[in-house]
Order: sequence, then structure tokens, then C-alpha cells
Amino acid sequence: MTAIIEADGLGTRYGRKWALSECTLAIPAGKVVGLVGPNGAGKTTLLHLSVGLLQPSAGSISVLGGRPGTTPTQLGRVGFVAQDTPTRAGFSVADHLRFGRWMNPNFDVKLAEERIESLGLDPLARREFLQGVIAVVVDSGTSVILSSHLVADLERVCDYLVVVVDSRVQVAGEIDELLASHHRLTGPRHDRGALPRDQELIDERHTDRQSTLVVRTNEAILDPAWTIEQLNLEDLVLTYMTRAGTQDRRPKLEARS
Amino acid sequence: MIRLALREFRTEGIIGLGLLIALGIMLLVTGVHVVNVNDAFHTACRAARNCSSTSNPVLTVDGPLQHALPLIAMITPALIGLFFGAPLIAHEIETGIFRLSWTQSVTLRRWLVVKLGIVGLASMVIGGLVTWMVDWWMSPIDAVNMNRFGLSSFGYHGVAPIGYAAFAFALGATAGTLFRRTVPAMGATLAGFVGARLAVMYWVRPNFASPAHESVPLPINGGGVSFSPVAAAAFNPPSVSVPNGWVYSTEAVNRAGHAPTAHYLLNVCPAFFNQAPQAPPPGGKKTAPASAVTLFNNCVDKLSKTIHTLVAYQPGSRFWPFQWAEMGVFLAAAIALCGLTYWWLRRQYA
Amino acid sequence: MIEFHLDGRSGVPPYQQVVQQVRHALRLGLLAVGDQLPTVKEAATSLTINPNTVSKAYKELELLGLVAARPGIGIFVTTTLSDDSLAAHGPLRQSLQRWLAQARRAGLDDESIDALYKECLRSSAAEDVA
Repeated sequence: MTAIIEADGLGTRYGRKWALSECTLAIPAGKVVGLVGPNGAGKTTLLHLSVGLLQPSAGSISVLGGRPGTTPTQLGRVGFVAQDTPTRAGFSVADHLRFGRWMNPNFDVKLAEERIESLGLDPLARREFLQGVIAVVVDSGTSVILSSHLVADLERVCDYLVVVVDSRVQVAGEIDELLASHHRLTGPRHDRGALPRDQELIDERHTDRQSTLVVRTNEAILDPAWTIEQLNLEDLVLTYMTRAGTQDRRPKLEARS
Repeated sequence: MIRLALREFRTEGIIGLGLLIALGIMLLVTGVHVVNVNDAFHTACRAARNCSSTSNPVLTVDGPLQHALPLIAMITPALIGLFFGAPLIAHEIETGIFRLSWTQSVTLRRWLVVKLGIVGLASMVIGGLVTWMVDWWMSPIDAVNMNRFGLSSFGYHGVAPIGYAAFAFALGATAGTLFRRTVPAMGATLAGFVGARLAVMYWVRPNFASPAHESVPLPINGGGVSFSPVAAAAFNPPSVSVPNGWVYSTEAVNRAGHAPTAHYLLNVCPAFFNQAPQAPPPGGKKTAPASAVTLFNNCVDKLSKTIHTLVAYQPGSRFWPFQWAEMGVFLAAAIALCGLTYWWLRRQYA
Repeated sequence: MIEFHLDGRSGVPPYQQVVQQVRHALRLGLLAVGDQLPTVKEAATSLTINPNTVSKAYKELELLGLVAARPGIGIFVTTTLSDDSLAAHGPLRQSLQRWLAQARRAGLDDESIDALYKECLRSSAAEDVA
């Protein structure tokens, strides 16, 4: 099965500022993907790159095996609903339906009309929107990427997660696998570097006596000193977000010395 | 995509068409009057066997309109650039609607080609029609003045304005792409269009063909001749008009083709320069003493034996080749700008 | 047909909640052999959850031998969990309601009742094991 998004060292910048950098991803098909990160982290940039509204400054991206935005076929296979769902001023609902029909040879007028009827005139009917998305996923096997700065919005609907913070992908993977492989360890104060090799340290907090670690591992944690807890999705996302924040500050301090 | 482009152009298109029709009706009504005045004059003057065209009353008919029309014809392309060109892409970008427009099953290239093609074509049609109507209205007046090849009047005749309209439109679209906002794009379009028109007028158009030259003898009684301040003792030949042509320059030259030196002038007419420190006005006005007028005429007579006037000009027969060339220059620039717009959008977006 | 609901604050993963609700319904006799479960699309849209989550729950129910998929038609209940004990439900319910009334009179609120019930269930289970 082709990946819906395959990115390799992907990056793009506005002037000198990188909006997204060193992004390497392979999102398998058939997923409902949650793209999560704070505002301005690079979520929209990644989406724009994948629909061809932006060109990469570095690396490459392919969507459903093709270069984004290059051919009518490629464009026809990828739909995009922008953040603020832009509509054309002076265009009625009927005009927008006509727009859809004129601009897309395989536009399903009936489906579009049904959707509009079920939504009524409330474009913020979020739940109805998500239900529509789910119906499409089941009926046609379409893969979906939803972007939000709140993980709670997406938790139930998604089965794949991509966390973007500070223009970098912090973690990406199947939600079940991520939840199964991340653990919070609490125990007596523990120094760095004492973890077994198969355990990747994601985050650490220390008080005088106690250490709280978040580690990622697919193996069992055998050290009896630790109290082991599962993370929920919100904790997991939060951990990666705070980690990105502290990592960002470190080089700046070094640069000053 | 074509239907969409037409639908999106509807409002601007209707306004443009409305203005065009309004102008058309106004010009038709007043233009018929101009034609009638002209015909009446010609019938009358033929009967009187005295058809001096300078007394033709069409030169003063509908005075304000007559002066406004060239202006209307010349600003039409600029308005097209401002209101058709500048918002075309800037509006898409500043409202964010491009995220809807460019993610449908139509590639950016096709979207751009169709949008530029349809609105560009409408621009050229409007530019052409306005000029054609003004041209028709002005034709009896042009027949008297015979100056449509002149530096500025060239721009509201013939087919060149079609090129101006296309260029202004493309310039607006490009500026909108670069500035990403409609209002700054409008400012840049106006400045760029005026600059380009002036640059072509002064530096490009004169080079479409090398001018023809003609030698004209000095007038027998010195009509139109004048001398610059006596100290410099330069000699200014009378201006020569070429009917329907475009005169670049008129110079006084000797047989070798050089301008006469001050020394030479003093040698030929010592009496005139010595006795009349203040050069009298040509043609002998009442205030000039009779002796000075005689001296002046004698001097011109003597000079005309060795000196003649050389006129550099484009003959009236070159009007249409020049029109096509000017249109070509602006059309080529318009196409280049469209290419630049595509390249820039492609670089910035997909 | 059964309708699912999700408790977002329970901490129990959604697919397990679906499994539990089916088992619950089977135990209470709300679902009988031959009954059809909602399709994946129906369940996923009504709960607004990922369809794979519903599929996962149904697969687990299939593994447990409680339901079977008939390709192209739907998923049907193949067994029941109520067996003979269903007959005992009526009297048990009556005595439980009497006990609940007693507990309220004694001043227990719902939370205390719940805690007491769970505590008793745990300790009696521990006794059974011992």
C-alpha cells in the first residue's frame, strides 16, 4: 500500500525562517491522522506542502505516490479544507456547488447536496463534519489528515498521530503503538544515563528525592525501583510539546557563552 | 474552468461593459453632431470656393468633450490595469481564497492561463473599442489637424491601445502576485504603466524605423526664421510640418551637412548683426524699424544660398506599421509579465 | 438494535467500552442470538470515533466467540451470556432495590453506595480465591 504522505528531509522557509524543517514521515494509507501542535508550529505548512500550495525549500514530499499539485489527477485525489474554510465573497451556496462541479470532473453533486442539507447553514457543526468524514473513510477508504492545536479534538477519531512543534516533527506513529510504548516511570532520584539501551528517554523531571521519567520502549521495564504508569494521549502530546520547548532553549544559551 | 473564470469576472465585466456602453452612446450622439458640423462646413466652403481648413468649426465643437476624449482613451488601459489586473491574483491571496481555488482538480497553470486569457482578452477588447470610438469621433478633427502621428496623440489612435490594455492588465496581475495585496498592487500598476508608456514613447518608438530626411530651402521672405541671442549667433530655421507625419527635428545645415557656425553667420550678415543688436521679431512686426526688417530679409536671402533646412521625420505612410510595432512591443511585454507571474506563483506555491 | 455510547472520562479505551457494552447487553438479555450489531459505519459515525476502533472491538467480540461476521450482510450475535441466571434477575433486582432504599435511609449517597458495593465485590472475590 502506498503511503499517503511520504516526506524525506522536507523543509520550507519564508525568507530566513524555517516554517518546517527536516521532516521525514511515512504515513500509511487508510489512516485518520491527527496533526497536532501549537499554533504556528508548522502544521499548516505541512498541509500546504502536501496539497501543493507551497513548494519545498529542501527535501521532498510525495502524496499518494505523486508530486503534490502537479497534475489534475493528483489534485483530484487530494481534497483540502483550509483552516478558516475560505468561501468566495458574493458566491451563494449554489455558486459554490457549481464551483465544485466546474473545477472537478469527478465531483459528486448529490453527495455535496446531502452534506449541505445535513449540515444546515452552520459551518461550525464540528461533530456533524467529523461524522461526514468518518462516513467517507468507511465508504471509500479515504485517508484523512485532521489538524488541530487541541489533541482532545482528535483523540477519538484518529488512529495515527503526528506532533509538530517548533517547525519539527516531534513524534509520529500509530496511536495504539505510541500509547503502548510510552511509560511514565516514578521512583527515587535517578541520574541520567542509567537507563537500559532499549529505553529512549523522552522527558525527565527531578526533585531532591524523586525522578519522573517518560520513556519510550517496546520492551518490558524490569527495574523494580520504578512505579510504571501508562500515559494517555493528552499526556503524551504534552510531554513532546514541553520537551520541544526546552530543547529549543538550550542552543540559545550555548550561543551566548 | 472557463465557466468559473467567466463567473468570477461577472461583476467587473458588467461594470466595464456598462461604462463602455455609456461612453458609446455619448460618443454616438455627440459624434453625429461633429460629422454634421463638418459636412455642413464642407458643403458651404465648396460653394464659396474657399476651403481653408483652419476655419473649420469642428475644431471647436464640443470643446470640453474634445479635450476630455484623448484623456479618456489614454487612461482606459490604466483603469483596466487597476481594476481588472491588480485584484486578479492579489485578491485570491489576501482573502485566502487561493487555498480553495488552487486545490481543485485544475492545475495552477491552467487556472492562470484561463483567468489571464479571459480577463486579458476582455481588457484588449475594451481598450480597442474605446480607442476605436474615440478615433471615429475625432476623425473629422484629425483630418484638419493631421497630427495623429504626433508624440502623444499616437497613443489614442489605431491599434496600439490594444497593446496598452493587455500590458496594463498583465502588469496589474503581476504586481498583485508580487505584492500579494490589491491596493499596493494598484499603486505599482499605475506607476509602472505610466513609466512604461513614457519610456516607449521617448526611447523605443523613435527607433522602430530610421527617419526619412528631406531638404527644404529657406523661405524666401524669411518667414519663421529666427536667430538665437546674437552673442551665440545661432540660426533657427522655421519649423516644418509634415501632414500626418511625425517630425523628429528640423535643423539648418550647409551643403556639407553641418550646422553653420557663428563665425560664418557674422561673415555673411555683418550689417544685420552689427546694426541690429536686438534681433527683430520675424515677419516684421509693426514695432520693428523698416530698416531692420530689410536687413533681416537680406540676411536670410544671402544665407539661403548656402544653407537649407534638413527635416528628419517619419512619413504618414508609416503610421500603421508604427501602430502595429507599438502594439507588438506592449503585447510582448504583457506575455513576458504573464510568464513572470506564472513563474513566481509556481516558485511560491505549486 | 443496540446503541453504543462512550464515556470520555472513564479512562477505558473506546474499543473496550464497545466490547463491554455488547457483553453487558448480552448478559442482560438485551441482545439475543441472531440480533444484528450496528455496522462499523453506523457505530463509528454515531459515536464519532475512528472506524478502526469499532472494527477492533468487533474483532475482539468475534475472538470471544460472541458474534460472527456474515460478509456483505453484517455482524450477528451467535451466543448469549444470560443463560439460566436470567431467571434469577427479577428477585435479585427486587432485593437490591430494597437494600438501596435501606442504604439511603441510613444516609449514604450514591458515591458511598458505589464505593461500598465495589469494596464488598472485591473482598468477596478475594475470599473466593482464598
